[in-house]
Amino acid sequence: MNKLIVSPSPHVHGKDNTRRLMGDVIIALLPAVLVSIYFFGLSAIHLVAVSVVACVAIEYLIQKLFFKGKSTIGDLSAIVTGVLLALNLPVCSPWWLILIGAVVAIGIAKMTFGGLGQNLFNPALVARVVLLVSFPILMTGSAFHAPESGYLFGNAPEVVDATSGATPLALVKEQLAKGVAMDEIMKDPNLSYSQMLFARMGGSAGELSAIALLLGFIYLLVRRVIKPYISLSILITVFVFSGLLYLGNPAKFVDPVFNLLTGGLLLGAFFMATDYVTSPMTTKGQIIFGVGIGVITVLIRTFGAYPEGVSFAILIMNSTVPLLNKIQPKRFAKEAQKK
Amino acid sequence: MRTFKMGGVHPADKKISKDAAIEKLPIPKTVYISMGQHLGAPAEPCVAPGDKVKVGQLIANATGFVSAPVHSSVSGTVKSIEMVKDLAGKPGKAVVIDVEGDEWVDTIDRSETVVKEITLDKKQIVERIKECGVVGLGGATFPTNVKLSPPPTATPTCVIINGAECEPYLTSDYRVMIEKPDQLLIGGTILMKALGVDKCYIGIEENKPEAIKLLTEKAKEYPGVEVVKLKKKYPQGGEKQLIDAVIGKKVPSMGLPVDTGAVVQNVGTAFAVYEAVQKNKPLFEGIMTVTGDCSKEQRNFVHRVGTPLSFIMEHCGGVPEDAAKIISGGPMMGKAIVNIDAPTLKGTSSILYLTEAQTKRKPESNCIRCGKCVGACPMGLEPYLLNKLGRNNMFDELEAHKVYDCIECGCCSFSCPAYIPLLDTIRQSKAAVMKIMKSRPKK
Ligand code: SF4
Ligand code: SF4
Repeated sequence: MNKLIVSPSPHVHGKDNTRRLMGDVIIALLPAVLVSIYFFGLSAIHLVAVSVVACVAIEYLIQKLFFKGKSTIGDLSAIVTGVLLALNLPVCSPWWLILIGAVVAIGIAKMTFGGLGQNLFNPALVARVVLLVSFPILMTGSAFHAPESGYLFGNAPEVVDATSGATPLALVKEQLAKGVAMDEIMKDPNLSYSQMLFARMGGSAGELSAIALLLGFIYLLVRRVIKPYISLSILITVFVFSGLLYLGNPAKFVDPVFNLLTGGLLLGAFFMATDYVTSPMTTKGQIIFGVGIGVITVLIRTFGAYPEGVSFAILIMNSTVPLLNKIQPKRFAKEAQKK
Repeated sequence: MRTFKMGGVHPADKKISKDAAIEKLPIPKTVYISMGQHLGAPAEPCVAPGDKVKVGQLIANATGFVSAPVHSSVSGTVKSIEMVKDLAGKPGKAVVIDVEGDEWVDTIDRSETVVKEITLDKKQIVERIKECGVVGLGGATFPTNVKLSPPPTATPTCVIINGAECEPYLTSDYRVMIEKPDQLLIGGTILMKALGVDKCYIGIEENKPEAIKLLTEKAKEYPGVEVVKLKKKYPQGGEKQLIDAVIGKKVPSMGLPVDTGAVVQNVGTAFAVYEAVQKNKPLFEGIMTVTGDCSKEQRNFVHRVGTPLSFIMEHCGGVPEDAAKIISGGPMMGKAIVNIDAPTLKGTSSILYLTEAQTKRKPESNCIRCGKCVGACPMGLEPYLLNKLGRNNMFDELEAHKVYDCIECGCCSFSCPAYIPLLDTIRQSKAAVMKIMKSRPKK
């Protein structure tokens, strides 16, 4: 007879493992990736490929050089960060911009904290915000001009003109600043809802199609990768809060549906805010987290300097996670009465 | 359909042996009857080497309130009283008997007739259960008479018979429900009488529709007995979870189950109660399953307590070549067998063979903070945190986070995608914290 294994119970394990969960996230992101490839072809492929390869390579190198032990790239989390980073960048990003993003995301935001599970902030979002602040022209659509060089393969996408290339939120903000009334602004064909639902030009790669993002979200729910609390509380908060503002003054504020569909809110709510590592553990914590993101997003969008607030809102709420994790789950029962 | 509200997991069902009728296992040449059959103080032998014993004869007395007497499961000659290794390899006192024939003490009613009328009164029932050495057969082997004598502060309101059998693979309770429905229902009625209550629920998971149908039909003849269909979810058969599922009450932290009014007994126990009270038969047999995907045979047996596990394994075609782990009990809470020559106990419920692919632990990776362990914990604990605190021996924090509430169900380890053996750490931390709490002077 063979030697028997004698470890303690439980003697069996469920189907979940880190690689499977990360694989599911990648699958859930595919519709969004495919939509951007459909509209932008080679340059979208260029973006995703460079981002993923860079993220994986950087994680591998850092692991090799600074940590000892088995490489962790097999858990697929670097690929997830790579795809998310790509979806958070404009399609026409040159390779060096993507590379800087990957270094910031994996090298700084993830590995300096000790790798998977240890980081406080969502790596892809840290990279997005660092790039946004450092290269505002390249990163926002409001002066959307693709650089002529900077591609490892393929060419810059057909450059759309400055106005229609702008992200809808930036567009609205610009026009509002000029004093144009809201219903006038909304007549721009680029701002129609059908455009946004299926495919909208401008903005970063992952913001193109609400339907594609929703499909991915549903997949994550069905596969029980995530619970819906965070995403729903973000969306509901944004809808209600911006709805109240809109009701208060429809000429000055964007309507709530528009707020839901634009500016990477769905990408953020479905895929960035739900990142396990940087979101709270308990349902209660998750709801507070989501409401916080919703409120901050609307505040930044409406009153802040940047047209889009989701990334900042998520990062700000990321920093509250250790605190939110102090919220204990509902225990099974109360302490017995001493008799 | 009812179920417990919080946490839980869904391991694959695997009731492969469910259609195998209960058979009588042959009697081995020698049995090794352990004195530690139950939770609490071990029994003290009252026979000496050379003594002749009959089946059902008392061979050891209980040694305290929480203890139980032990009876001979065979007839023959006491060979010795010696230390015998249990399935974990830990030695314990046992009475070793060489088997000669199969002669029973004549006080036992061996007929097949089902005795429905209960003639003993409340006190006599509890006394009989105690004398017959009946213990809980759902895992903890807690002496049944103690559970039937609740402290004066608690008022029992109902009996709950645990027919959930929520552990994968195990089928012995299911077979009892199918093959001995009347005995089981009478057992439930006796338990009601013993506690002076008029309600008895039998909780059965939905994956056993035949048992639900049969018992619901039969229960019509037994006033007060009601079958409750439960959703399939592990650990439905955990005492606290079952009470929550069936009557919607929560056992307080550090409290007794009976604080909710419910007294839970397992199906096997209710059957043993029937045999003790109606047939005057002490508990010296047990019902067990031999199973596993790689097991050569799928069977359910009545075994004589003290039969070496290796004897049963041989009887079922031997240990399969690809068995990497042999478990006594279910795959979630059972114990890995170290010593296959260990004898069966009253509470032995199975021999389960698992292959290496099914059971080998994968290397642990970083916690990804997914919260799956928190979501799976039926006690509302934070296993990831308890694990971290436990690895750093932070006992005050562990106590503050209620590590003592852990029921060791294993849902956390089962669901962790990073393969962190959470329960290993939590079990040790719990023991350490309980020790500290007990050593504290009472206020
Ligand atoms: S073993 Fe303990 S901590 Fe783990 S899920 Fe069960 S009760 Fe919770
Ligand atoms: S299930 Fe495992 S990986 Fe997830 S939070 Fe719990 S300990 Fe961490």
